[in-house]
Amino acid sequence: MSNATRPAPIKVQNLNMRYHHKPVLTDVSFEIPEGKTIAIVGPNGAGKSTLLKGIMGLEPLIEGEVSFFGEPLSQKRLSTAYVPQREEIDWDFPISVMDVVLMGRHGQLKLWQRPGKIDHEIAEQALKDLQMWDFRDRQISQLSGGQQQRVFLARALAQQAQLYLMDEPFAGVDVATEKAIIELFKNLKAQGKTIVCVHHDLNTVGEYFDWIIFINARLVAAGPVEEVLTKENLQKAYGGRLSLLNDLTEEVYRTRLNQAHDSD
Amino acid sequence: MEDFILLNPPSTWDLLIEFWQFNDMNALWVLMGSILLGTSASVIGSFAFLRRRSLIGDALAHAALPGVMMAFLLFQTRDPLIMFLGAVTSSFIGFFIIDWLPKNTKTKPDAALAITLSFFFALGLMLLSFIQGMEVENKSGLDKILFGQAAAMTQEDINLLMVVTVFILITVMLFFQKFRLIAFNSSYAQSLGIAVNRYELLLALLIVMSVVVGLQLVGVVLMAAVLLTPVAAARFWSDKLTSILILAGILGAISAIISTQISYLAPAMPTGPWMVVSLASLFFLSLLFAPNKGLINRYLQQNQLRQKVAEENILRTLYKLWERTEFQKNDFNMGDIQSLRTMPTHHLQSSLKKLCRRKLLTSSSRGFRLTDSGLEQATLLTRRHRLWENYLNEHLELTPDQVHSQAERIEHILTAEQEKQLEEELKNSQQDPHGNVIPGVNNATQTGAKR
Amino acid sequence: MINDIWILATASLVAISSALVGVFLILRRQALMGDAISHSVLLGIVVAFLATESRSLTVMLTGAVLIGLLTAWLSDTLHKVGKLQSDASIGIVFTLFFAVGVILVSLYAGQVDLDQECVLYGEIAFVPFDTIVWGSDTDGTEIGPRAFWAIGIVFMIVLISIVVGFERLKTVTFHPSLAVSLGINVVFWHYFLMTLVSMTTVASFDAVGAILVVALLVIPASGAYLVASSLKSMLWIAAAYGQASVLLGYAISYWLDSSISAAIAVTAGLLLFITVLVLEIQKKRRIQQPNIEFETR
Repeated sequence: MSNATRPAPIKVQNLNMRYHHKPVLTDVSFEIPEGKTIAIVGPNGAGKSTLLKGIMGLEPLIEGEVSFFGEPLSQKRLSTAYVPQREEIDWDFPISVMDVVLMGRHGQLKLWQRPGKIDHEIAEQALKDLQMWDFRDRQISQLSGGQQQRVFLARALAQQAQLYLMDEPFAGVDVATEKAIIELFKNLKAQGKTIVCVHHDLNTVGEYFDWIIFINARLVAAGPVEEVLTKENLQKAYGGRLSLLNDLTEEVYRTRLNQAHDSD
Repeated sequence: MEDFILLNPPSTWDLLIEFWQFNDMNALWVLMGSILLGTSASVIGSFAFLRRRSLIGDALAHAALPGVMMAFLLFQTRDPLIMFLGAVTSSFIGFFIIDWLPKNTKTKPDAALAITLSFFFALGLMLLSFIQGMEVENKSGLDKILFGQAAAMTQEDINLLMVVTVFILITVMLFFQKFRLIAFNSSYAQSLGIAVNRYELLLALLIVMSVVVGLQLVGVVLMAAVLLTPVAAARFWSDKLTSILILAGILGAISAIISTQISYLAPAMPTGPWMVVSLASLFFLSLLFAPNKGLINRYLQQNQLRQKVAEENILRTLYKLWERTEFQKNDFNMGDIQSLRTMPTHHLQSSLKKLCRRKLLTSSSRGFRLTDSGLEQATLLTRRHRLWENYLNEHLELTPDQVHSQAERIEHILTAEQEKQLEEELKNSQQDPHGNVIPGVNNATQTGAKR
Repeated sequence: MINDIWILATASLVAISSALVGVFLILRRQALMGDAISHSVLLGIVVAFLATESRSLTVMLTGAVLIGLLTAWLSDTLHKVGKLQSDASIGIVFTLFFAVGVILVSLYAGQVDLDQECVLYGEIAFVPFDTIVWGSDTDGTEIGPRAFWAIGIVFMIVLISIVVGFERLKTVTFHPSLAVSLGINVVFWHYFLMTLVSMTTVASFDAVGAILVVALLVIPASGAYLVASSLKSMLWIAAAYGQASVLLGYAISYWLDSSISAAIAVTAGLLLFITVLVLEIQKKRRIQQPNIEFETR
């Protein structure tokens, strides 16, 4: 067990989320340990990205509570950095690599403030850590997929947070970028930081991560890789045996049964 | 100078009657024309809506303006056909630009629409002001095209309108299957070997034509609404494409009738805005009152569901209370019920009354008790609830509390089939995670004394 | 001569304010919302006038801002609650508002002092003659056309907002979900932008009318989008395009004896067209002669 002298980096209780009538996530509860790399794994459409977005407050929760180091997100923004999927951005936006990374310093800035000398130094270091310093003046439209990912990571790094949440950082990147990300993980762990990633590749999950959380619209299992990465859990998560469950939960939402029920 | 006053001006009522007696042939033609326009524009606009290009009608309408002006400048005539061809040409050029810009530059689709719309319109207005400064015949009335003016339409205008709209409707009917397929899944259509590009071009042409031909009635600025609002309203009533199209057409026709009517009563007012207002009213009425999808009905259905849930919960609670006394005591009062289930008192009271009315409960001075049919229901519900709890427990990592709250909801919608499926999966377990017995199907008779 | 200067000054302020605000509309893909709001403000002005019997600037600005926010909010609500595509929601709301506005104008034509055509494309040539008098009616000094002061004030507001909120606006525009995760109130900035659009539109009304405001909101900013490499430079370039459209457009309208505002908008479009042409030519040349400087990835 970790030396839990302070509350868990993320504690999720009874999280429920949906999209239109589809129950994307139901009754998810878990707690993650500090200083580890944690992967959120599950089949496509299982709600992994949504879970991350729900935790970060980017999408509404029907129910549930999330706490960061024991407190709500609004108190802990400076301790949390989020790296979204690349598809979200308009890559035609007129902005240079350096400017994107500097954006990460905003949590520290007031409304009218501009990034100062220290902010620039932090951004510079972050870029160097990800081998993107040479690209600092490039327009983001001129970058490859892997380079774009590294810029995002540099931005998160510049936030100097304790907890990093990343949505599929390894998706569609080249070998150089993959290596860079692994290096980054190592360094962050050495500093005692916690990393949570949505990860799509079962082949590498055991190699890159310490902990796994299996999600398939519900929590199937959560724990250290050695314990949780079993055939049984893989079956439960990917095997499709939960179809009756999902169908019924969907029906509940479709008929708005949950609202009807709770107003009791 | 005093205003010119008619002796005995006709009252509104008189005018209305005159309108509907079709004494005024011109009015009748305008009416028919506008009905056809309303219908064809709504139908063709539906396809644009389904292709997620709702506002393209707006841009194309604005893009038509310079064409009208150029046609006038070049040919010095107000001949409807010439104006029509000029408008269609410039509108089509606009369409091409809207398509080209996002494909070949950084420009995004919404910006391309706005750019085309405003540029062509400005060009049209520039030409208009140029014409108005010129010494030419026939130039008055060109500006009526901005907001529409039914009263200003000539017989030739109306003839052209009718020919074009009928053509559009016939074309849509002929190619309906292809259009529908392409609207829903163009890549699939392509894989079937359908020349998607050609049909898209045809659709674009039809949109352009219906937009241009409607300008005189509705005006450039508001034409977009005639294409877009009917289908948006129709969507609340149905999911089937054919029904949507027909309904959209009808809504378009109705608003055409209303606006022509008003235009007849007040010829100085522009027609376009009235058509838009009637369409918007029909839209909001649909939004509120449509069955199933309308907001009011959604609300009513929610209430019904709430009621059913409350009643079923009470039945189950009564079963539990009865079970806890080892099937001895049958009568329970509201306090007993509330000890197991939190429910506001007035709510509980009204639900209990309803259950009594449905003969599922009887009430006496000792309290409420389940009737035979009530017991049957309650047993069924309890069975489902506990089966489900077992299922959840076995398959997922949940605490008993979470299991219970999930089951609380699902029992209301579990069907008999699903119940059987559960039974098979769980291989006939007897107890739920809390240790309670799962009542068998014939439990009502098995447990013996019910009274 | 002095009238020309007033006209040019007013038009320049209109073009620059619109260009600045338009940059954000283009980047956020809300060009159509800009179109919608500029139509809806007609209703706001008419209702404000009918309610207060005053044509004062504050009244008009308030009416415009309220209706602008209502347009944005109602479109959004129709989209979410009515489950309607966002394009369609915008379209239904603004056409309705504009239609009601036109009806009101034609019903109360005498009182409102707008007529339909003026509403649409204004007439900037008349701007110098509608001046504000400081002090009493007979004795006071004329301090310049009303339209000029209207847009002047709005221009200052827009400029200050952008300068002060620059970093925030940049983050919110580039990556809204990052902004949310950093704790920035994205909803506030969205409606703040809509407020700026409403104010710019109504202040430009007198001068260039509704439709042409859309041209100045969208076209110079689109040109800048194609060539800029940072948000700051995009703002400068858009303003430059706007200014150029004013100067050239004025000249063209003089030469062709046509509406000044329409000519300005058309010029803006031509400048965009030329930019696109130049970029296309550059693209073709690059394909034919691959540049050795191109770094390998």
